[in-house]
Amino acid sequence: MSIEHLILRVVIKIMFAPILLFALYVQFHGDFGPGGGFQAGVIFAVAFILHALIMGLEETKRVLPVGALKILMVVGFLFYAGTGVATMLLGGNLLGYDAIDPASTHHAGQHWGILLVEFGVGMAVSSTMVMIFYQFAGREPEIRDEDW
Amino acid sequence: MDALLANGEILIDLALLTMLVSVAFVMVRSRHLFVIVMLSGIYSLLSAAFFVSLDAVDVAFTEAAVGAGVSTVLMLGAMLLTVRREKPTRTGRTPVAILVVTLVGSALIYATFDMPPYGDGASPANSYMGEVYIDRAAKEIAVPNVVTAVLASYRGFDTLGETMVIFTAGLGVILLLGAGSVRGGKAVKDKPDGETPS
Repeated sequence: MSIEHLILRVVIKIMFAPILLFALYVQFHGDFGPGGGFQAGVIFAVAFILHALIMGLEETKRVLPVGALKILMVVGFLFYAGTGVATMLLGGNLLGYDAIDPASTHHAGQHWGILLVEFGVGMAVSSTMVMIFYQFAGREPEIRDEDW
Repeated sequence: MDALLANGEILIDLALLTMLVSVAFVMVRSRHLFVIVMLSGIYSLLSAAFFVSLDAVDVAFTEAAVGAGVSTVLMLGAMLLTVRREKPTRTGRTPVAILVVTLVGSALIYATFDMPPYGDGASPANSYMGEVYIDRAAKEIAVPNVVTAVLASYRGFDTLGETMVIFTAGLGVILLLGAGSVRGGKAVKDKPDGETPS
């Protein structure tokens, strides 16, 4: 791809890091305000999708290869399920987070549990979204301007 | 002042709902897929604004991120794989269809008369489980956002299933459209340009 869409390229270069930062904020602030793993995962994925739309799919795949996404998809889901199994091994119910820190008087276990499962959700959702986009966009070599 | 605020909110709600309905009508009438995809993004954004007006910020957030953001891009990606225009359909008016639509439509409108008024504290949605969650979340989960408490803790198993659904959706797309390595290491049209897949 030649150096066309210069303005879009500059804008995405400036916006990329703030979008990721906002995704992390939504991810880890979900239990205090609106947001959580699903929304954060989507916002995280959007940064990479925007990058792929403007810089071309090949450039993005060099940063985030398909193989890594496949692993992240599985690890994200297993992270969630694993948290549930861990609470069982600690003597509680499946996903009964109070087992993580039973001595706590202010339910620190719940807080940890929610953070952990939301992290799993975020990982699974973001990698799946980028993956689905890769699959659709990878079928057409390049979007020409006259295609629109 | 309170009356003015309440009236203003009703005006905003009415404006948003009117725009939603008009966007829906334009989407039905249009045959140009690019226009339809863009309008569906606008539709999602309008519903997100409407959810904010209903104080459902978590839902609004999801709608804006997923509906207006990612699914619009995915629809554009899917549109590239097909033609840009919908095939013209037969425009004959079938009386049976109009009859069915009228009947179902009036039944739905009739059903809305039984719905509790908006913000009614005694409505089924606000009593029973909803009330229990709001009463108990603060001392049982100790997380300020009740929505997160319900989503991740009380209904953690449901959310595990939802994550599974997303994962399965991704898996389905990979299997249908084909990631390079899934087909025995054969790259499927990931080359820069020119080469068409066999």
